[in-house]
Amino acid sequence: MDALILARMQFAANITFHILFPTITIALGWTLLFFRLRWLKTHDEAWLMAYRFWTKVFALTFALGVVSGITMSFQFGTNWPGYMERVGNIAGPLLGYEVLTAFFLEATFLGIMLFGHGKVSERVHLIATFLVAFGTTMSAFWILALNSWMHTPAGYEIREGEFFVRSWFEVIFNPSFPYRLTHVLLASGLTVAFLVAGVSAWQLLKGKANASTGRALRAGLTLGVVLIPVQILVGDMHGLNTLQHQPQKVAAMEGVWETERGAPLLLFALPDQADRTNHFEIAIPKLASLILTHELDGEIKGLNEFKGEKGWEHPPVAPVFFGFRIMVGTGMLMLLFSWVGLWLYRRRGWAAERLPRPLLWGLAGMSFSGWVATVAGWYVTEIGRQPFMVYGLLRVDELASNVPSPLIALTLAMYVTVYVTLIVAYIGVVKYMAEKPVDMSAPLPRTPEPAGAQA
Amino acid sequence: MNWAVALPVIFMALMGLAMLAYVVLDGYDLGVGLLLPRGDDGQKDTMISSIGPFWDANETWLVLGVGILLIAFPKAHGMILQALYLPVALMLIGLILRGVAFDFRVKARADHKPRWNLAFFAGSGIAAVSQGWMLGRYITGFAEGPLFTLFAAVIALLLPAAYVLLGAGWLIMKTEGELQRIAVRWAKLAWPPVVVGMGLISLATPWVSETVRSRWFSMPEFIALLPIPLMTLAALVVARAVLNSKSVLGRLCWLPFAMVVTVFLLGAIGLAYSLFPYVVMDKLTLWDAASATESLAVIAIGCAITVPTIAGYTVYAYRVFWGKARELRYA
Repeated sequence: MDALILARMQFAANITFHILFPTITIALGWTLLFFRLRWLKTHDEAWLMAYRFWTKVFALTFALGVVSGITMSFQFGTNWPGYMERVGNIAGPLLGYEVLTAFFLEATFLGIMLFGHGKVSERVHLIATFLVAFGTTMSAFWILALNSWMHTPAGYEIREGEFFVRSWFEVIFNPSFPYRLTHVLLASGLTVAFLVAGVSAWQLLKGKANASTGRALRAGLTLGVVLIPVQILVGDMHGLNTLQHQPQKVAAMEGVWETERGAPLLLFALPDQADRTNHFEIAIPKLASLILTHELDGEIKGLNEFKGEKGWEHPPVAPVFFGFRIMVGTGMLMLLFSWVGLWLYRRRGWAAERLPRPLLWGLAGMSFSGWVATVAGWYVTEIGRQPFMVYGLLRVDELASNVPSPLIALTLAMYVTVYVTLIVAYIGVVKYMAEKPVDMSAPLPRTPEPAGAQA
Repeated sequence: MNWAVALPVIFMALMGLAMLAYVVLDGYDLGVGLLLPRGDDGQKDTMISSIGPFWDANETWLVLGVGILLIAFPKAHGMILQALYLPVALMLIGLILRGVAFDFRVKARADHKPRWNLAFFAGSGIAAVSQGWMLGRYITGFAEGPLFTLFAAVIALLLPAAYVLLGAGWLIMKTEGELQRIAVRWAKLAWPPVVVGMGLISLATPWVSETVRSRWFSMPEFIALLPIPLMTLAALVVARAVLNSKSVLGRLCWLPFAMVVTVFLLGAIGLAYSLFPYVVMDKLTLWDAASATESLAVIAIGCAITVPTIAGYTVYAYRVFWGKARELRYA
């Protein structure tokens, strides 16, 4: 295999592994803050138990996110030296601000958040928890600003092949950024909603439930119920934004080869890039046009329109097409399970042990559904940008390194081995921790005196 | 002042500081990782508790250092990381193993704990050796030849030894009782190879690099620079002397650690003097490698605000966990 494809596989393997963990920690940080605040307000130990259990999951997840993130900061240079040489003036400061305003903040206060018990006041501890959650979110802000800029570049000028910034505001708030950031933050919320609900359901199934399990289940389901409709709406807006700026990505998502009016929505098909057609289509007439243009006879540009000097300038169709269906399909399952789950839970008078077992099995099975949807969505958007690194301006094949391919293949094999082992270990340990009673032997944290107690 | 000239120098200094902070901070916890197999089960837990609240932020200095290289000197970033492709990959795998083993060892099933302890040790070792190798290759500007390979190989062994000395110093400072006494013994064992290694490197570096030789061994620079090796030697001697005294277990428990940090600091100053103004020795100056002045200015403003803040809350975090390490419990 040639070095370019190996470098791409290696980078893809790394970002795929990396995204799994921040997508949990971003929203889990805020969830922990919520549990902690509930405990302070109600003095109900169940909330503290939930906090302690999920803090362990958070610490483990955070460690995996940190180490895979460090790998990424190196792979920009090892895999895409041309990228930083050409786009460094734009990408550099954005990545720099991520390190300066987010990484140090979260990493430093994580120590206090995890182990500060008895050493700092409850107020300082709360602030530390807040800063960790805030740091993870800031990190998403900067990295998505850069990622979005690569999809919808703005505010730049090119002099002698090198990019320079004309307006930082336009660079950061580029056209796809607000949609992408919202979409990703909501995805993180949903990932955590189903992780929390799923692990709680698992505890109920295995007879390992404790006082906090019902609370966590309800919190997870409620989060899912609230966020999934918002996500569907935001996803639609993001899709319209993509249609405006990257029509060939949408054409690949919908499997549209020839430009057509009143395009059908393909529920299933096998796109065939060699013959430039689809096989085995199952379609709903006119629906794709309706969704994308909000008109039954709206026009959708086909993939055949995108031919450049160097051949086809559209992404490989099958991964984008299937990735999109996997993401949307998972979203629909999330809608079903969260709404049915919360409705049943309410009808059973919030008695978790009376929930039907098939529902619990379903929820447990959905524990990592957020990962599936997030990764599928990322593949749609990133593969959908091909063959460009910076959409319309820089092709990926111009930017690769000249490291010999056997060396890339060797390191790729090492990384993949480590990553697969760690994903298995991670899921195994989360399961093991869920089945173990929460350690409540540590003394309760000091709680602030109720107001007026001093009088 | 001409910003196009000054900003790259400022960023070079900042990058040097970040790398130095990384080597000292992650150095002690990698050193503790290398010493881990030598402790019994209880001591292993205490050793890891002593670095628990810090390792994560310690590693972030590496991200900042490489980040500045990437942001401020993109051309050098590509050149260096491609030349060090394999050792970088190995170091990353080492850091991954070490970082995750930290959490897994206490969260996985008890009978898996030895395996994660091993991963912690192995990860620390792989990372430290790769870093030493990279440093050795970097100093010579990636020159090819058996001599340069040997030079890098010696540093690849020296740096872990220095980390062990630093880690032992950290344990003497942060622990008490039996573990503290054993840590003194570890420090004594690590001391001779570090001193011999540093002596060899100091002699070999001017020998393998023409540029370094001309910078150090010409008059009057030689005399002006003499305090650097002399102070290094003095710091090492003080560290060794205090290891023999009783007060190292009490009042002066911080001194060996402080002396080893001083050695690292002096080494960094010497290296900076040898290199300047090159980012890649004899090949690329920092001005040739720098990004556009406008971009550097944008980050410089950010750094001016955030780096002091980061330093501030880092000091705060160290103060929160001041004193002897205790068992770690989630709040």
